[in-house]
Amino acid sequence: MDIMNSFSLLLNGAWITLYISGFSMVFGLVLGTVIGLMRVSAKKYISVPAGVYVEFLRGTPLLVQIFLIYFGLPAIGMDIPSNIAAVLALSINSSAYIAEIVRSGIQSVDKGQFTASTSLGFSYFQTMINIILPQAFRNTLPTIGNEFIALIKESSLISVIGIAELTRQGQFIISRTFMSFEIYAGVALIYFVMTFSVSRIFKAVEKRMAIA
Amino acid sequence: MSEILKIKNLKKNFGKLDVLKGINISVKKGEVIVIVGPSGGGKSTFLRCADLLEEINEGNIIFEDSEIDFNSKADRKKYFIKTSMVFQQFNLFPHKTVLQNLILAPIKIKKIGKKDAEEKAINLLKRVSLLDKANSYPCNLSGGQQQRVAIARALMMDPHLMFFDEPTSALDPELVGEVLAVIKELANDGMTMMIVTHEMGFAREVADRIVFIDSGVIVEECRPEKFFYQPENERVKEFLNRIIA
Repeated sequence: MDIMNSFSLLLNGAWITLYISGFSMVFGLVLGTVIGLMRVSAKKYISVPAGVYVEFLRGTPLLVQIFLIYFGLPAIGMDIPSNIAAVLALSINSSAYIAEIVRSGIQSVDKGQFTASTSLGFSYFQTMINIILPQAFRNTLPTIGNEFIALIKESSLISVIGIAELTRQGQFIISRTFMSFEIYAGVALIYFVMTFSVSRIFKAVEKRMAIA
Repeated sequence: MSEILKIKNLKKNFGKLDVLKGINISVKKGEVIVIVGPSGGGKSTFLRCADLLEEINEGNIIFEDSEIDFNSKADRKKYFIKTSMVFQQFNLFPHKTVLQNLILAPIKIKKIGKKDAEEKAINLLKRVSLLDKANSYPCNLSGGQQQRVAIARALMMDPHLMFFDEPTSALDPELVGEVLAVIKELANDGMTMMIVTHEMGFAREVADRIVFIDSGVIVEECRPEKFFYQPENERVKEFLNRIIA
């Protein structure tokens, strides 16, 4: 097994890590926003289930959640491919953290914004979409960036359900070459390039969205 | 003059604290009512109740001859569209430019076309002398400018009735005049307004009627000349003495 071959295997793994994390970020963000909106609802039958959802997902290990989805769902008759299971587990897990970020973001917006918007005739939903959420996202952008970075790193856990992502490719190459240090260092470096890019992208977006 | 708003026996409490203990008032079309009174007396709460921004515990509001059903979303929305509130803290949308602040509600709620809305916004910005700030963000404006934008934003909805909740209380003293000037101009144009303020000179000048609220009730209700120069009520006298002193 030569160096070039190892390198292309690692890149292949990195690509899988990237796309699975990417999909999970998008779904996690959308789902998390919905759950976050539910959390701040004044109606108990909406806010309580959202609270239970968040507490359960934050209070159980991601690894167990991955097993639950990948091995648990087929046991009750829902067979899903491993990459779908991976995206599902990561999205759901991330959505719980995003929900908390969105909730705190909404609560950080000045109450007067809600009052002003209501007095202009906006409904609760219109107020959220047009007035509150844009400000909440702007306020919480750095925290959402953190969550995305955490997601990329935690995606290494999906190697346990046989997905040939970056960490697993590294393990595979080491099993052939026994070059543990070099390969893990390479794997770490690739993770760092990905997370650092996300961090930079968020910095740039923050800058663009900042009001002079 | 016909009545535009009639409020009957309005009561409001925050937990065990009775803030409003039955307020009755009617407002004629084109009338300017200035509400004054000691802090904590219930003036602002009354105004916020009158604009349905606070839940009302008891009472009726009849607007343009139809009683508002507080539980009906459609009724509330109609009322919000036909009335406008200007706040002490301006409450402009910080993530939108001045122009966007003005056109958002007309476009989303009244379904006015963007071009028409912008044209109207530009005219109103001219009226409050802030056309050059159309593309600025609120945080780059002075308090007085922000409040004038807030008034323009309220006017965008063509309100039949405007509420002003201490519109100059958060302003530096030298910026109060420019905001009061805009409100006076509205009064001259025949806008129906209910204004809570601590600016007594302004109250005397602009009001058709002064309403004095203390401890959750209307204590006195009269023309400004009588209120300021021949007050009869002891609580009013005491209030005026404290202000002059």
